[in-house]
Formats: sequence, C-alpha cells, structure tokens
Amino acid sequence: MKINKNKLIFKDGTVFEGKSFGANKSISGEVVFATGMVGYPEALTDPSFRGQILVLTFPIVGNYGVPSKDKWESDHIQVAGLIVSTYNDTPSHHDSEKSLSDWLKEEGIPALEVKDTRAITEKLRDGGAMLGKIIAGKNKINFEDPNKRNLSREVSTKEIKTYGEGKHTIVVIDCGEKRNMVRRLLARGIKVVVVPFDTDVMKLDFKFDAVLISNGPGDPTKVKETIANVKKIIAKKIPTLGICLGNQILALAMGGSTYKLKFGHRSQNQPCVLTGTNKCYLTTQNHGYAVKKIPKGFKEWFYNANDNTNEGIIHEKFPFMSVQFHPESAPGPVDTDWIFDYFLKKAGIPLEAAVTKNNK
Amino acid sequence: MKNNKTKKVNKENKRPRPASNGTKYKKILVLGSGALKIGEAGEFDYSGSQAIKALKEEKIKVILVNPNIATFQTSKDLADEVYFLPVNDYFVEKVIAKERPDGIMLSFGGQTALNCGLILQSKGILKKYNVKVLGSPVASIELTEDRQLFADHLKSIDIPVPPSGSATTMKEAEKIASSIGYPLMIRAAFALGGQNSGVAYNDKELHSIVDAALAVSPQVLIEKYLHHFKEIEYEVVRDAYDNTITVCNMENFDPLGIHTGDSIVIAPSQTLSNAEYHGLREASIKIVKSLNIVGECNVQYAVSPNPKNGELEYYVIEVNARLSRSSALASKATGYPLAYVAAKLALGYSLLEIKNKITEVTQSFFEPALDYVVVKMPRWDLEKFKGANEKIGSAMKSVGEVMAIGRNFEETLQKAIRMQSGSIESVTDNGFTKEELEHFTDVPTPKRIFAITASLMKGVSVAELYKKTGVDPWFLSRLLNIVKIEKDFVKSKKLDKEKMLELKQAGFSDKKIGKLIGKTEFEIRKTRKKLNVRPYVFKIDTLAGEVPAKTNYLYLTYHGFHHDVLPLGSSAVAVLGSGPYHIGSSVEFDWSCVYAAMALKRHKKKSIIVNCNPETVSTDYDMSDRLYFENISFETVADIYEFEKAYGVIISVGGQRPNNLAQKIAREGFNILGTKAEDIDRAEDRNKFSALLDKLNIAQPKWQSFANKEGAEKFADKEGYPVLVRPSYVLSGAAMRVCYNESELNDFVSKAAVLSPEYPVTISKYMENAKELEFDAVAQKGELMIYGISEHVENAGVHSGDATIVYPTQRVYASTEYQLRQISKKIAEELHITGPFNIQFLVKDNRPFVIEVNVRASRTFPLLSKAMDANFPEIAVDSFLGKAKVHNFVYPKSVVVKSSQFSFSRLLGADPVLRVEMSSTGEVACFGKDYDEALLKSILSANKFDFNKKAVLFSLGGAVNKAKFLEAAKQITKLGYKIYATDSTAEFFNSHGVDAEVVRKAYEATPNVINIIEKKQVSFVVNLSEPKATVTKAKQRGTDGFRIRRASVDNQIPLFTDLHLARAFVKALSHYDISDLEIKSYKEYLK
Repeated sequence: MKINKNKLIFKDGTVFEGKSFGANKSISGEVVFATGMVGYPEALTDPSFRGQILVLTFPIVGNYGVPSKDKWESDHIQVAGLIVSTYNDTPSHHDSEKSLSDWLKEEGIPALEVKDTRAITEKLRDGGAMLGKIIAGKNKINFEDPNKRNLSREVSTKEIKTYGEGKHTIVVIDCGEKRNMVRRLLARGIKVVVVPFDTDVMKLDFKFDAVLISNGPGDPTKVKETIANVKKIIAKKIPTLGICLGNQILALAMGGSTYKLKFGHRSQNQPCVLTGTNKCYLTTQNHGYAVKKIPKGFKEWFYNANDNTNEGIIHEKFPFMSVQFHPESAPGPVDTDWIFDYFLKKAGIPLEAAVTKNNK
Repeated sequence: MKNNKTKKVNKENKRPRPASNGTKYKKILVLGSGALKIGEAGEFDYSGSQAIKALKEEKIKVILVNPNIATFQTSKDLADEVYFLPVNDYFVEKVIAKERPDGIMLSFGGQTALNCGLILQSKGILKKYNVKVLGSPVASIELTEDRQLFADHLKSIDIPVPPSGSATTMKEAEKIASSIGYPLMIRAAFALGGQNSGVAYNDKELHSIVDAALAVSPQVLIEKYLHHFKEIEYEVVRDAYDNTITVCNMENFDPLGIHTGDSIVIAPSQTLSNAEYHGLREASIKIVKSLNIVGECNVQYAVSPNPKNGELEYYVIEVNARLSRSSALASKATGYPLAYVAAKLALGYSLLEIKNKITEVTQSFFEPALDYVVVKMPRWDLEKFKGANEKIGSAMKSVGEVMAIGRNFEETLQKAIRMQSGSIESVTDNGFTKEELEHFTDVPTPKRIFAITASLMKGVSVAELYKKTGVDPWFLSRLLNIVKIEKDFVKSKKLDKEKMLELKQAGFSDKKIGKLIGKTEFEIRKTRKKLNVRPYVFKIDTLAGEVPAKTNYLYLTYHGFHHDVLPLGSSAVAVLGSGPYHIGSSVEFDWSCVYAAMALKRHKKKSIIVNCNPETVSTDYDMSDRLYFENISFETVADIYEFEKAYGVIISVGGQRPNNLAQKIAREGFNILGTKAEDIDRAEDRNKFSALLDKLNIAQPKWQSFANKEGAEKFADKEGYPVLVRPSYVLSGAAMRVCYNESELNDFVSKAAVLSPEYPVTISKYMENAKELEFDAVAQKGELMIYGISEHVENAGVHSGDATIVYPTQRVYASTEYQLRQISKKIAEELHITGPFNIQFLVKDNRPFVIEVNVRASRTFPLLSKAMDANFPEIAVDSFLGKAKVHNFVYPKSVVVKSSQFSFSRLLGADPVLRVEMSSTGEVACFGKDYDEALLKSILSANKFDFNKKAVLFSLGGAVNKAKFLEAAKQITKLGYKIYATDSTAEFFNSHGVDAEVVRKAYEATPNVINIIEKKQVSFVVNLSEPKATVTKAKQRGTDGFRIRRASVDNQIPLFTDLHLARAFVKALSHYDISDLEIKSYKEYLK
C-alpha cells in the first residue's frame, strides 16, 4: 500500500504534506479557507472560488458523495485545488452519484488530506490569504496570483442563455454566477436571461424589467467592462440588484470604493444586521473584498455584526440595491431569500408564481 | 491598510443600535429540577447555574427553589436565597407569597420546573401574586405539551408530522391506510406492552394485523411507519425581536425508535447534504417563530434516508420549549453558552446585545462552525437493577452520558467508548457467543454498537447490517474502518511511526494497542513517545479558527501537528472530574471538583479541569482557567500533565474514577496533591487495610479475601451466615451482595469472580441490626482540620448512597461519636492523610466497626458542607498546599435530612427494593427545625405525597417486621388514616387493636392489592420483606411483594421498603401537617 504524498507549498516557504485523493497534478492558486460544515459540492462549483485552493475547516469531507450535475452551482468544479483533514471515501446518500475523489479526478482537480487544516487556517487568518501551490511529485510550477487575472472572464458564460417563461424578464450579468440565483428567480415565475459579464446590457434587443449583477471571483476593480455597463444601466433607472461581487461593482460604478479584507468572509454563519433595526440574519458569504466608501445617493443597507464591514447598499430613492452576502445561499442558511422578493417589489415586478422553497 | 481598517471598525462600533432597555425586573424566581433522575440529570444544574449568573450580572435578586443539595446552583454564593423545598405548586406558592418576585423562570429546571410552572399558571397563582413568566409564553409551552393540538398547529404552518389515524372497523382502517400509504405501524389501543401490534407493508398484512388487534381492543391506531428513518435534532434560539438561530444540529447513530437520551449522538450531522441540513434548519426556525419562543427550544425530526420524491422528506417528532439535555449537550459541543443566552433573552435583550462570552469576538447572533466532531454516548447501568429489561427504545433508561471531541468519527467514537465505561478500551472489545451476537445485533441494547462491530469483524457486510439495524452505512463504514485498521495491525504487528499514527488517529488507546500485541500500556506509551507520536491540544472556539478567540476550552487530537495553546507550567494544577454520571457517582462529585478548582485561585494556582461529562457545571466555560474535555484515564491525564508541565494533580475530589488512577499517576512521577498513592493503596487494598486496623487496634467486621469458592464456604461456615461478598475495589456496591446461605454464596461467587479477575474477592461477616454512620473529614499531614458525622436512618445493609441520612446525628451516643473521632484521628495519622477522606462505620451496641475508608471526597461532601456551612473541598485545597486551619466544631442550629431519589418507574422490570447495592439516581436534602420536619420535607421532595388522601397500604413480611411496625400503625390510625393490609399483616393488626381492611394478594382475584394501588386509593405503601426470605424459599411471596412494589412505583405512590424509614416517616407525619412546614431559606437556617 503506497500512499501518494503530495505537497501544499505556501509562498512563504511553509510546506504541508498530504495524502492525495484528487487528480495527481500540480497547480498554483490563492489559498483560502471556508468554515461551512455542509455543502462541499456547492462550494466546489461556486465560480467565486475560481483560481483558489480551498481549505475546508470542517474535518470530515466526502460523507454524502456528489449529487447530479443539476444540483451544482456551475457546470464544473471551480476551485484550483482542495485541502481537507479527513477525506471520507464511503459516501452514503440517496443523492450521491459518485464519490468526491472520483469527481475530483474526473475534473482534474488535485486534492490533499492535510491533517492539520486548523494550522493552515490559523496561518491564513493571521497572515491573510496567501499564494500557494499543490505539487505532485517532482512536477515544478511557479506561484501565480489569480487576482491578477480577469477571473470573471474565465468563469462567465460565453453566450446568452435564457431560462424559464414569464411576463417579466430579469437580465443576470454573469460575473461568475451561482446557479441558485437563477433558480431563485425562476421560483418566482420570472424569465431569466443570463448574459456574459461584459455585455452592454442596454444594447440587448429584448425588453427586460430589471438587472441582477451576480457574484464572481477576485478583485472587483478588474471587471472594468461590467462597472462601465452598470453605470449605463443605472443612468436609465433600471432596477438593479447586486450580489456579492455585484455589491462591489454597483458601489464602484456609482463612485464608491472597495478594499481587500485581511481575511475574507468565507463561511455560512455571518450575521448581518439590517441597518437601523435590531433585525439580524445569518448569511453565507464568500468574498475577499468589501465596499469601503458608500456612493453618493446610497446608504448602508446591511452591516456585519462581527466586524462591522459593509454588507449591502441601497439607493435612497430608486430601486438600486446590493448585498455582500448570498441571499440564494447554496450552501448555507436561507434566511435572506426574502431579498429577492423585496427587490421585485421595489422594482414593481409582481410575483407570477407562489414561491417554491429554496431547497437547494 | 491595516490601520485604516482598525480605525474604521472603531468608528463603526459606535453605530447606534436600537436597545431593548435591558431589564425591568428586580427579583426573579428560578425553579430547579430537584433530584437527579433518569431523564432529568445534571444538565439542569448547568443550565440553572448559568441562568442565575446571567441574572446576577443584571443585579437582579435571584430566588431559587431546588431541594437538590448536591448541585452547584444551590450554593450560598450563587442565588440570593435558596429554598431546599419540593418543586411543586404548594411550596412554590408559599415561596412566592413570602418573597414576592416579579418574574419567574420555568425553562431552566427541566420538565419538573415546567410542569410546576404550568400548574401555578392554571391555578391562577402567578396572576394572584403578579409574577410574570419570563421567556417563552406559557400558551406556547402548553401547546407543545399537547400532542394533538401541537400536531394540528404544525400542520397549519405546513410542517409535516407523522400521519396517523384511528379506526374501529376494518373499513375505516382501510380508508386510513390508503390515505397515509404503506408501510404502517398498527397498534391496538389500550393494550399494554405493544400487544397485537405490527408493521403492515400491504393490504394483506393490514388485514391480518387489524383483525387481531380489533379482537382484543375496540380501536386500532394507525401511524405511518418511519422505518429506519434518521433522527436529527436542532437547537434553536430566538429573541423577542424574532431574530432566530440554530446553534447546533445533531444526528443519531441509531435510527428512529431509540430515545435520543439513549442514542449515540454525533454533532454536527454527518450524512445530511446542504439542502437537507438547511431545509431542516429553516423548518426549525419556522416552528420556533410560530411558537413565539423567547430563549431556547429544540426540535427533533425523523428524516427519510430514501425520500420518495428525491427531496427532503421529514416529520417533526418532538419539540421541547425549554432547555433540555440536548441543549446542554449542544452548548458543550459548540462552546455556545445556551443557558446564559436564554436567560438574557428572557429578560428582553436581543441576540445582538449579548456579547459572546466565550469568543469575545463574535456575537450571540451566531451559529458556531465546528472544525471537530462530537460524539455523545449514554451511560447505562442496567445491570445494577435486578430484573431490569436491557432493551432500549422509546423510553429513556440511561443514567448519564459522556461527550468526546475529535477530528474524525473513529477517533471521537473510540474516545467516547472509553469515557463512558471506564473499562472498555475499544469498540472492537467484545466476546459475544454466536447467539448473543445475533441477539445483540437485532435487538437494540447498550451492547448493540459492540455487536455490530463484532459482526463486521466476522465479515458481515455493511449492507446486511444496515438492513438489520438501520444504522446508516456511513457510520457502519467508519466502524469497518476501525476493524480494518486493527486487523492489519494484528497481522503485521509492526509498530512504526506511520502505523502508530494511523492507530492513534483511529482512536486506539495505548492500552488497546498493547493488548493487541501482548504489551502493557506503559510499554506502548514509551514506544509512542520515542516515535514522537503525541496528541495535540486544540481549542474549541465556535468559529473553526476563522478569527482568534479567547477560549479556554480544549481537547486532544492526533489529527494535527501544532498546539493551539502554550503550557501553563508550574502554576497549574489539574483537577480530575468524575466522568459520566452513573449509579454511585453523580453531581455531588462535580460539586466538589468545581469548588476545588475555584479554591486554587486563592493560592495563586491556575486550575485545569479534566472531565468528559456534558451534564456538569465543571465543564462550563467559566469554572476553570483551562478545561480539557477529555477522558479520566491514565493515558489522557498523563498526556495533559506532560504537555502542561503542571505543578500537580488533584485526584481526590472526583469520586472513585480519578482516585483509581493514583498508582499509575504516581508511577509516572507526577505530583499528586494530598495523600500519597502508597497510602491510598494502604486504605484500598483490603489486606493492607485490615492489617493496619489490627495494628491500630480498631475493630472491623470479620472478613477474608479469597480466590476460590472453597475458601469462601469455609469462612462462611465458621462465621455463620449471612455474609457480605464483594470485590476489593468497590464502587457503589457494584457486584456486592448479602448471601444468606450456601447456595446463594455459590451462585454469586461464580458470577463475581468472572466480573473482576484482576482483584481478589472478599467476604465478610454481615452484621444485622447495626447502625451505619458516615465520618467525613479533611486532614492535613495526618491531622484533622474539619469533620462531620452523619447518621443513616436505615440500618446497615442499605447502601450508603441509597440510605436516608441525617445531620447532625439523632440517635447516637456521645460516647460513640467520641470513639468515631478517636478512630478517625488514628487512621488519618497512620495514613498521613492530607485532603478529603470518608470513613464508614458500623455501630452495634455502642461499639464502632470500620467498614471502609475512602481517601477522597465522598458523596456526602456537599451535604455536610452546606449543613455545616463550611466548604470541605476548599479546605481540602488549603490542606494540599499546607494552609488549612483547624475548624472548631459549631453545633448546628437546624437538622438536615437527605433522601434518595429512585428512578425505578423508568426501568421496566426492576425490583424497587433497597439493598446493599446502590440503585438511586439522585438525592435531595432539606433543612428543618427538627428531625421530623426535615425528614418530612425531604421525603416530599423525592416523592409525590398527597396529604389529603388518608389511606395507606401495609404489607409486612415476617413476625418481627409486623411487631416492630405496630406502634407506627397505631399512630397512623390516630391521624385518621384508613389502613389496607395484606392477609397476615391485617390479621396481626386487627388482633392487636388496629383496624385494618384486609385486601387480597396480587395473584388473587380482583379487587386485590394491585387494584388498590392502581386506583391510587392510598397515599403511600409500606412493603417490608422478611430479611431472610430468599427467592427459592418463598417464591410466591416474593412475587407478591415484587408486584406491590412495582405497582407502587409505576403509579407514583411513595413506597417504603425499609422498616426504620417507614417508622420515621409515620412519626414525622404524626407531628407535622403540610401547613406546619416552615418556608425558610438556606440563609435563614444558617442565621
């Protein structure tokens, strides 16, 4: 029994050894951790993780295998690599089609069992997100910063896609859209058109009622095309909802600013307070950047109860709003699904169907 | 960038948050849960204590009613006033009338407090005195308590409950069947013990079962059969502003059908996908919001492993609108202080206003993220109850539990297994015969997990075991992994670094590894240290390391290679806890641990508590400088001690379990504070101890140690029967028995010898009609610093843990007490005792005999400490550090009586009779102005006694018992009681001028004695057995007595099986009516 031991190497030279249970290849990326206890199929297919080596702090991973593709958040695994403490190769679940290990191998994603994931987490939280690489055997590669790439371009759809039927249409600008956003709009009887991240929405040849700027990976200042296009949309007073990266894009488009967090929010237990109330919601988050300066005409909508960072902005008059968290969840708590209803109401779009449950 | 951020945060911290104005309450009454019993144990000491602390922070005056004297919450320095009185509407009303609180908290004292509160509400008492119920509204609580109303409520908010219906004809049954769908569970209504019930998978089976059921019963109950559904639980917290979170979810190892208190539980759930986890979370929040819960609530679900539509299929099984055992577990499993937060919420705070006291960086509106897993395992003591049925199911039978923390299931489960028994090393430890294996796999009992593992070792497949047991294949595969790792190792026997690490990561102990290859645990430890394989210290921080958190809550794991903390070094002292609560070791030891840990501060020492029991106060986050949620075993304690480079370790306050480690710990050269290990051995080794007593010229009952039956018989013949037989290391009378003749001796010896091969078995002359006294003390370098003598109400022969105990002594000569003190002084001096100790004495004709010495804190420590208003554990810590002072004896101003709480009603088939083996699960104690008053209050606290029902049943075996009870019978007649008595008892009374109505025996035609009990015609029952009556000699009579006793406990009628206690009770009744009983707080008694 020869155990295949590969290495996770950090830019500062720290090396962690681990048993490989994914593809046997070398990759480079930004190492980040996520503390959610469920939802690894959703996390791995979340385009916001593009270019990142994901460390899951929950110590046992693989328990319920991998569900069919229609339950993923995009068509492929998006992370560059995966690190867990204990990989479990005996999945037990009615939904499971294959084991996590088989899936990773199929998709060519390396994965390691590094026992002390807590040491990695503590390293990242104290030193901030750091570049790293997974090295298989003697295969040498260089460190490469994914944040220098236009990651949205990599993950965005290349063509316009239409989902569902309905009297009302929402255009989703796909900067790395999680599929559950589309599902949550469809659940409300809305027709959804997903367009590439750099689409000039105002030039689309069909009628639409509102725009949703999706989540996506990396630095918001890199998606210049989208920022420019959002300016045009807002100028036309078209109702707009931003989610995650969309929050940052909306802020930047309207003259606000963003900054990189020392360590991002990548968990399913972030408490967000609705500003001016004592109502708090538990949210899923996955971002390394945040809104700093709130643009003129907007006010803070939500803030984070733990570290007081911005969690959303809303225009004082018009239906322009965005949230830093993920109201569509998947993975994570579904407490803020009402954001979609609120947005539709403000946008003057009536519900066409009884909302079905968010059970993704 | 960094500076900018800090600035920003500082600025935004001033963000105005709508405040709830805190609290408007000045005085709040908290109800405790009374004695520990099956289903209500130490978890309510934890929750009540946290609640009281939360209230005290607000400068609210706190009044507590709880007769459980061994709890931390009833300490003088916690609540402002403590009433050691029964938690029932009568006494609580009296306390309310006296104290006039403006609020009452019902959700921190289990079902006992909740029930009491509901009665207070329905009787209008709360309204009358203008007392507001804090926390969840009473109407919601009432709703959750009514099965049908609650099911209707859930249906109205689209939350599924198991569909069910009832039918009186086959046609109706068919109609229900088609509306619910197969499979169905069918039960005959009004039939005991599941007669004529069964599962139908199709029409044919439905017909045959319903036919049979309708033949014996007018009605059949039909319910959806949730075969092998998973059982999942959520702990939910809501504030008055509708903010709601789920602190934790948990998954049962066992499928639906086993009470969650009797299930092995893992947190968080392991086999749920994101959609399932959050689907159930959403449902939990919806339910809790619909009930307007303010505080804590738990929701239990049945979840289909194979849902029909491929999506989440679940049913709500139960909702508890109060703190529960599961919430205590969830709190300890996640580090979220649930009870503390619930108390603050009840005052009107929002979740956003309560700082997280554990992390100090997150909010209370927060769901913990775990980077470890937790396994809870129940502790059963079913073998301690003669005749109790081993099968577990929907009624809880366990008496305690442990919680293990690790980084994978294998590591954590194996830890839990070692914690819960203290003697089993691994899940692979088993020795089933073929038939046993079959039985224990099929039928759920405490042995099931071992039987499953044994089957896996024999090659039975996961699929087959799943079909048989319904235990999810995920869990079975983990067990199989443990089996594989063990088998590989046994085959290769190679113990290199990689193998050692693999074994340790799969949770194998040094001892088990040693056993597998014929080595001792010390040898394996040495090898392991040489290989540099050691456990690492990890923090429980509730947020998986996301941000640095201030927490002192730790565990050990082999899935790591860094420590989260630095050693405390030479200022640290480890205090070893008691492990799981079980018969013989309960909250009283936790009380001593807590006070010992707290007392270390006075000596500028840092405290490290090691314990693995989630139901305790000692494992609370603010009780020690460091808390290791770990096993009380040599390996673990040694690993912790070596890592911490501690100054010393205290083994004498956590009961017998830590005390048993004395020799091994001393061998390793660790500093045991207090009495030396070799002196402990001289007290515990019967031969050495006996020689010591002889040397000191101290009397002891004649005894001998033996290894074979022949020696035993010879001894018994010479000294005469009865004899007391027991193994040398005794705890709670385990395997101890009085034998009245040779055949009993023979029978027992063969069993006891198998039970404990490591130690010789001893046999002693059993003294009849002797008194038993307890001598509790703390000594320093062999000199007594403080002591107290208490007296058993029952004669010797009833285990001291079951006995009714009174302080100060009531029927003891001053000269006897003098002798006791002299003897104890001599023993303390001879054993160079420093710290706590306890001596049990037999006294016959003013002559004391020493039965045993425990060089540790005893069960009676909290009782004596509170009765004497002197903290024994604190004095013990002073003595460890050479700073104790001699305490002068102060004559008490009141009397305290301790009564035992039995849980027989929970244990089908168990014989509720007092014996040398302990069987009580808890205790209460009450103060009074004299013996009678204290005794009466104490008995009322442990039993439901109805003063208004002036009738009693006597069934007294033997002429001596009858004669000795005659005076009491006369007294009770004078009080206007009607006496029912079985044949010879009635005959005796009637012929001695006491009117008694004769009732037929249990096996005779109705109306008989059982009917009288079942109809609750009497307020208490006295059933005395002839001391020498053996099962063989008087089988019929034994059965009759058994049925009377069983019927009494099953119908919750106070039962007395001891002559002295029964007489004392009657005497107390003749002096005091309920209205004569004083309503005085603990502090008033001390004044």
